[in-house]
Amino acid sequence: MLDTTIGHNPGLTEDQLLLLERLCNACAVSGNESEVREIVLEQVRPHASQLKVDALGNVLAVREGTGSQPENSAALSPSSPVSAASTGRRLRVMVAAHMDEVGFMLTYDDEGGLFRFEMVGGVDVEHLPGKPVQVGRDHIPALIGMKPVHHTKAEERQQKVDPDNLRIDVSPGNGRKVKVGDWAAFTSPFMRLGPSFCAKALDNRLGVASLVELFKSPPPNIDLLAAFTVQEEVGLRGATVAAHALSPDLALVLDCTSARDLPVLDRSGMAENTQYNTRLGLGPAVYVADRSTLSDPRLVRHILEIAKKESLPCQVRQPGGGGTDAGAIHKQLAGVPSVSISVPARYLHTPSSLCRSEDWKNTLALVYAVLAHLTPDILAVER
Amino acid sequence: MPAITPHTTQTINLLKKLLSEPGLSAYEDPVRQMIEAAWQPLTDEISISRLGSLHGLRRAARPPSEGKPPSLLLAAHMDAIGLMVTGVVDGFLTLTEVGGLDQRILPGQRVIVHPADPRSSRQDLPGIIVRPPEYLLPGQARGKSTPIEYLLVDTGLTPSQVEEQIQVGDLVSFAQPPIEFGEDYLAGHTLDNRVSVAALTFCLEELQNRSLAWDVWAVATTQEEETMAGAFTSAFQLRPSLAVAIDVTFGDGAGSSGHKTFPIGKGITLGWGPNIHPALHKTFAGLADRLEIPWKLEPVPRMSGTDAYGLQVAAEGIPTMVIGIPLRYMHTPVEMASIKDILRTGRLLAEFAASLDQNTMDRIVWDA
Repeated sequence: MLDTTIGHNPGLTEDQLLLLERLCNACAVSGNESEVREIVLEQVRPHASQLKVDALGNVLAVREGTGSQPENSAALSPSSPVSAASTGRRLRVMVAAHMDEVGFMLTYDDEGGLFRFEMVGGVDVEHLPGKPVQVGRDHIPALIGMKPVHHTKAEERQQKVDPDNLRIDVSPGNGRKVKVGDWAAFTSPFMRLGPSFCAKALDNRLGVASLVELFKSPPPNIDLLAAFTVQEEVGLRGATVAAHALSPDLALVLDCTSARDLPVLDRSGMAENTQYNTRLGLGPAVYVADRSTLSDPRLVRHILEIAKKESLPCQVRQPGGGGTDAGAIHKQLAGVPSVSISVPARYLHTPSSLCRSEDWKNTLALVYAVLAHLTPDILAVER
Repeated sequence: MPAITPHTTQTINLLKKLLSEPGLSAYEDPVRQMIEAAWQPLTDEISISRLGSLHGLRRAARPPSEGKPPSLLLAAHMDAIGLMVTGVVDGFLTLTEVGGLDQRILPGQRVIVHPADPRSSRQDLPGIIVRPPEYLLPGQARGKSTPIEYLLVDTGLTPSQVEEQIQVGDLVSFAQPPIEFGEDYLAGHTLDNRVSVAALTFCLEELQNRSLAWDVWAVATTQEEETMAGAFTSAFQLRPSLAVAIDVTFGDGAGSSGHKTFPIGKGITLGWGPNIHPALHKTFAGLADRLEIPWKLEPVPRMSGTDAYGLQVAAEGIPTMVIGIPLRYMHTPVEMASIKDILRTGRLLAEFAASLDQNTMDRIVWDA
């Protein structure tokens, strides 16, 4: 297999890639995040001053800064009566990354190893037929089959697949090894593809891996409040309570967003793909607006300024649909100034998503630089 | 059901290797080499036909003075369905199918792109089949499943790397590795028809140290999924007295339980219809009953969709039989079959070959 990843990306270490691989290959469908949570706990425990798993299963880890407290005591932020500037303490920065992935739950035993199932989160249904999946804690091998092409009519093949007609098949011999209520996830092992890699659940193991890396060596000027959240894919449930518990001065959400930078195949009309959302290879994507959040413009400005100053590539995600944990976080308490940065990746919510390693490398660098240059001044001006 | 012996273990291991090997119709070289290596110690003579079918001969034991013995041809096609590169657009590959595919199984499949010429120095490249967002497609392709002509392969390479490393006409094989479900069931791509190649290999193993009255040709045919060119031409060249096509048949599974399918793991099928000589069918049925191999009659009212279609009309015509191994999800990369059924098939073939004698052809007659 072609493997030029390391050569192309001196900034990513083999350890970082192996951590990402381990995280992607672990299964953590919303509500069942244990496998990823265990890896996260193992990774952050040595560095955390406070560490807990909360009522929903979020991992909340705190690492205080070591840097000096900010000198500047400019005007108070009107929205933050207990701002860092007023008390002379370090900024308390929540950085959140959701641990969960989209997947399935078995809902009915049809006998013979066949199970009906429901989707957990926004699985792309057109990617289900003919794919391997894995069921439960023991990763029992399974697959989603498809009626043989020989028994279909042309008209039927042209219709989109009706998920109600699909089954998860664990084989006639293994029907008793799984049960209704078990979760299932795609089976698509992490794979390097030249300058890219592909895996299931890059959304959002990229965010989780980034946050782990940040937690291991954070900038000294902030108190880092890391939230590895649960149930993002089913309604930002974990972030809601995590923000409440951490009560940060501001929040940065690390996620993974769609790159729809594919060619126009309709040669008759459209000349250009104008709805690409993000593009691979152009660096981390900064959110201005999505369906759930209008990012704090002060933080957006700060990120874009730092990227320019540090000569790091960075793209503004096309404003539009989608959402991140920021959608829940910014509305908690009396309001939390929030922004999201995502690694762009293609084919999210399918068995194999794909991203460029240099985009992840640049995301790690940008996130660090953005936090290292955070000062209370940024939030001291009016939004 | 034969017990697990070194032969059965060998067969299963061979099958898992076969299922990891490419070999699209007309480009069977990689899998043919693997089969040849497996058959070398089990046959007296091996050759490759003009179109690329593999012919392995187990000679009859009788002295040459008695003239040329009758011969049995056992055919299992070795070619795989897949796709082929038709073009490159902005670093993505466009595709067409090789063999019959339902376009709905393609988005998200992992594939390997490789040069059609096995001597090419270009590397195999992994990739995934992707479905562009609907707004990038022409109006008539929206709101439906995406036609193959609008599906793409993303190799993860940059457009300039793709231009250097890909050529129109390159082959695209499914990359799904075999999936094992305990000891009984196996899934993967191209179980259609590598399970039958494995069954045929098991048959050859069972025939080791057994004396045969007939010559037995084990044939791994080429191009069944496209034109059946291998079956037509190998039968013509070898002129067997009798021919048997071993292929998969439709197994019960999600979306296809009912009158057209057979349960997997519960036995094999014996074909019945115009493509099959009735006396040969009855011989196999009687033998399977004696061996206590469970079987079901598979009505084949028209063409069988197997090599038998070619075998039967080769030269002046050959009495032909079809044996089916039930398979779930045919023509997907997650086809599932029962190892028991594979071994049952191999054993039935071996016992049939060993039962042939000087008078057999007298019994394969019409209106008997």
